[in-house]
This record gives sequence, structure tokens and C-alpha cells, in this order.
Amino acid sequence: MRSGKGIERLLLVLALSSVGSLALITFFIFWEGLPLILSTGVGDFLFSTHWAPTKGRFGIGAMIVSSVLVTLGALVLGVPLGLACAIVLAEFSPLRLKQVLKPTLELLAGIPSVVYGFLGVLWLVPLIRDHLGGPGLSLLAAALILGIMILPTIISISIDALSAVPDLYRDGSLALGATRWQTVHRVVLPAARSGIITAIILGMGRAVGETMAVIMVAGNALSLPSSLLDPVRTLTSNIALELGYASGRHREALFATGVVLFVIIMILNLTAAAVTRRR
Amino acid sequence: MRVLLLCLALLCLATACGSRPEASGQAICVAGSTSVQPFAEKLAEVYMETHPEIRIDVQGGGSSAGIYAARQGAAHLGASSRELVPAEKELVEIPIAWDGIAVIVHRDNPLRGLTLTQIRELYQGRLRNWRDLGWVDHAVHLITREEGSGTRNAFEELVMGKAEITPSALVQDSNGAVREIVASDRHALGYISVGLVDERVKALEVDGVLPTRENIRSQRYKLVRRFLLVSKLPPSGPCKEFVDFILSAKGQSLLEAEGLVGYEE
Repeated sequence: MRSGKGIERLLLVLALSSVGSLALITFFIFWEGLPLILSTGVGDFLFSTHWAPTKGRFGIGAMIVSSVLVTLGALVLGVPLGLACAIVLAEFSPLRLKQVLKPTLELLAGIPSVVYGFLGVLWLVPLIRDHLGGPGLSLLAAALILGIMILPTIISISIDALSAVPDLYRDGSLALGATRWQTVHRVVLPAARSGIITAIILGMGRAVGETMAVIMVAGNALSLPSSLLDPVRTLTSNIALELGYASGRHREALFATGVVLFVIIMILNLTAAAVTRRR
Repeated sequence: MRVLLLCLALLCLATACGSRPEASGQAICVAGSTSVQPFAEKLAEVYMETHPEIRIDVQGGGSSAGIYAARQGAAHLGASSRELVPAEKELVEIPIAWDGIAVIVHRDNPLRGLTLTQIRELYQGRLRNWRDLGWVDHAVHLITREEGSGTRNAFEELVMGKAEITPSALVQDSNGAVREIVASDRHALGYISVGLVDERVKALEVDGVLPTRENIRSQRYKLVRRFLLVSKLPPSGPCKEFVDFILSAKGQSLLEAEGLVGYEE
């Protein structure tokens, strides 16, 4: 009895410590970043595109736009591919094939991002440079690499969502004379909608937060991109690139960049939570 | 609290360095500039061959991080590829070599040299096309280093003056990455430490002067900076012996063999 109580307490402490570390991280990011945002002015900080931290100019507008564009580009590639994959695996493939393919696809998530970046620099960037023009290190390269990187997230969560649709629905639809595809298209997909939207939002979170591969292929220029072939710098790249050298106000500015990222990720996660709850 | 992250970095340094500096006399920790790092590694490697009882750990992290680490006592020696700012002047400063900053292009680029003014205009974004420099009609792919880098800092001081580097320049976070891109892109232009120029890229003349050893030593080549080691207190014990080794004829000739220009004659 007493030992049971003890273990309960121990588990509680352990559980709270993980929540505590999250709270600490949140507190420190805001503690370090907020003063700079407030002294620069929220508007200036978010919308100015002039970033020269050693000269006292802190505007991350171009980076916010770049982050959004890179993420959208990744979704344009990753969502159709991932969804198609999930539908085939969940609805059309025999169990044996599914048992082999699903873990294989999940391996994609295990490849370190620096490897994606390296492959991108070696193969993708020269391809883009030689056939499409520009310096190759570009918005397009980053979006393509990220599009592949978010596949495992989208596929595995979508498969779970599709599998969670009761077989009763499928049987009912088939009994009414609908084909397999009509069943999937009209019955299963709508029923799994909230799960699939969650998958997309979580994939989006991964795309926003990914750093290493993006630094390697995106070119990291500070200006607003005017085409797919222009180099861009995302919020995460900005922090990783400059942190090693930053001190004083410059360092605070990087924490402030972190605050903006944090808020974006929070919004994405809360949306995902809200969507799942509504089901 | 304000230095949480740096403290974390320092903690990593301290653990990577095996022990706290004061606790052991047998391990020397050198941290700092990524430009100095490969040379420091080479020096450490050679020194450890003749002094097996001493371990020298060389870390990157950047000039400012190195200076910070030396100041905090997390590293015995900080390596810097930029001059100290007034606030850092209380540190002991040991110049170990001259380094030229080479402006590099792809091997296939027929250009032989640029003037300082042309380089400045290129990096300001005023000259954008290779045609303006007498080559093909194609945009110049400018590559620069990230804000805060020692190499960028020196380049800005030596070339840019008050002008700012155009925001549309590509940014890479190491000499190696800049060289890699210039080596693979025919239309790229970048700047790296002379010691790291290899046969895959071509160093340009600046104002008609090639960045050769003699020209860097005599400072006829314009883009020259110093590599420094800094420490909180004058080095002593094994640390001093290592510094003496670097400044000795042997150490200096090692640096020369690696492409730098010795500081001591």
C-alpha cells in the first residue's frame, strides 16, 4: 500500500518535471527575447525587412515571409504525396504489403536532417542551378527537401485516422453498390477529415521548425524572395546561423526570433488540438 | 539568466575539454574562430606527437564565443580572427599569424583580378552582372558569411567601410561552405581565408596584387588580418609551452606550410 503511494508520487514528480522543463524553456525564451521586441517596437520587429543586428537593425519581416513560403511549398509537395500514400496503404493494399511499407516509410523520419541537406546540396541544388537558373540554393530547393521530410508525419497520422474509421461505414457504402474508390472518396475520407487535417498541421509544424537541412539548401539571403529560385532565410536558420557569434543585443534579437517561432508553433498546435477535439 | 545559452555552450565546452582548466594541468582547451580552428588542430596534432602527456582540445564556435570562453575561464586559449574591441582589451593577446582574405571565383572564370572599389560595389549590390566585369551576361552569385563571423567582420572593415553588404547575397556559415559553393558554381563570387584556398577555386588579384605570402607579409595585398590567441591571464605551464611552440620557428613554419603567413620573422 505504502510503496504504491510512493511510486505514485515518484511518477507524479517525473511527469511534472517534463512539464516544468517546458515551462522553464518558455519562460527563458520570452524573458530573453521580449525586451528587445518591446524596445524595437512590435511592428518594426515583425514587419521591417532590415536585419543588421550588429548595426542595431532588427527586422525579421523577410524571414517570416520566407518561413511561411517554404512551409507552404513543402505542403504543396508533401500533402498530396503523403495523403496518396496513406490512402493506398490504409484502403487498397493487402495487409502483408502494408506491414512492410509502413515501417519503411517511417524510416524516412529516422534519417537525420543533415543527411537530407547534404543530398540536397549535392544533387538538388546543382540540378536547379543548371536547369532552372539562379544560384540553386533557393526557396524551391528548401521546399522540395522539406516536402520529403514531412512525409512520414503526414503518412503515419493519416493512416491512423483512416484506420480509425469503423468498417461499418465501408460495408454500408459497399452494400449500397458504391465502388471501392467511391467509398473511400465519399465516405472514408470525410469521416477521417479531422485526423487528416491534424496530420497536415503537424507536418506543417515540422516544416516550420526544421533547421539544418534548410540552412544547407536555402541560401540564407536576407532579402524578400521574388521568385521560387531566390535564396531565402527562415526564422530557424537565422537563429542557428548567427547564434555562435552573437552577443548582447544581437543575442537578444535571436531569442526574439525564437519568441516569434514559438508563437507560430503554439498556434499550429492549438489549431491541431482544436480540430481533433471537434470530431 | 541572461547568459543561459552561452553558459550551456560553455558547459559543453567544459565537458568536451575533459576537465575544468584549473583542475588539471595536462589538458589544454583552445576554443574559438572557425577560421583558426583547422590551423590550431594541426598545431595541436603535431605538438601532441612530441608531448604525449598533454591533451589539447580544439573547438570551433566563432571568434566572439572563443573570446568569451577565454574571459570566463572555460577555455585556456580563445582563438580569434578579428581584433579585440576595447571592452575585451584586458585579455592577453597573442598574435600567431597573418591571414589574407582571398576573393575567390570558380576555376573556369577568366577574370584575373578586381579593384577594391569593384569588390565593394559588387557586395553593395551595385554591380550585379559578370558582363560589367568583362565576362558573360549572367548574374553574379554573391556569397558572404553570416553576421558576427570574424571573416565577415574583417572583410567589412577592409572592403566595405561604411557600406552594407547587400541583403540579397547568399549567406554560408563557414569558409568551407563558401569554398564548396564557389567550386561548384561557375558564376559565384565569395571570400575566404587565404589558407583555405585550394585548386578548385581561384583567388583573384585585388588592385593588381595576388594574395601571395610575400604580398601578405609586406601588406601590399590589401585584405590582411591577424589571427590571435587570447587568454585571461598570461599563459603558464603547459599552456605557455604550447604557445611558445606556436611562436617557435617550427610552429610558424607549420602554419606557413598550411597556407598562413607567420607572424614572427
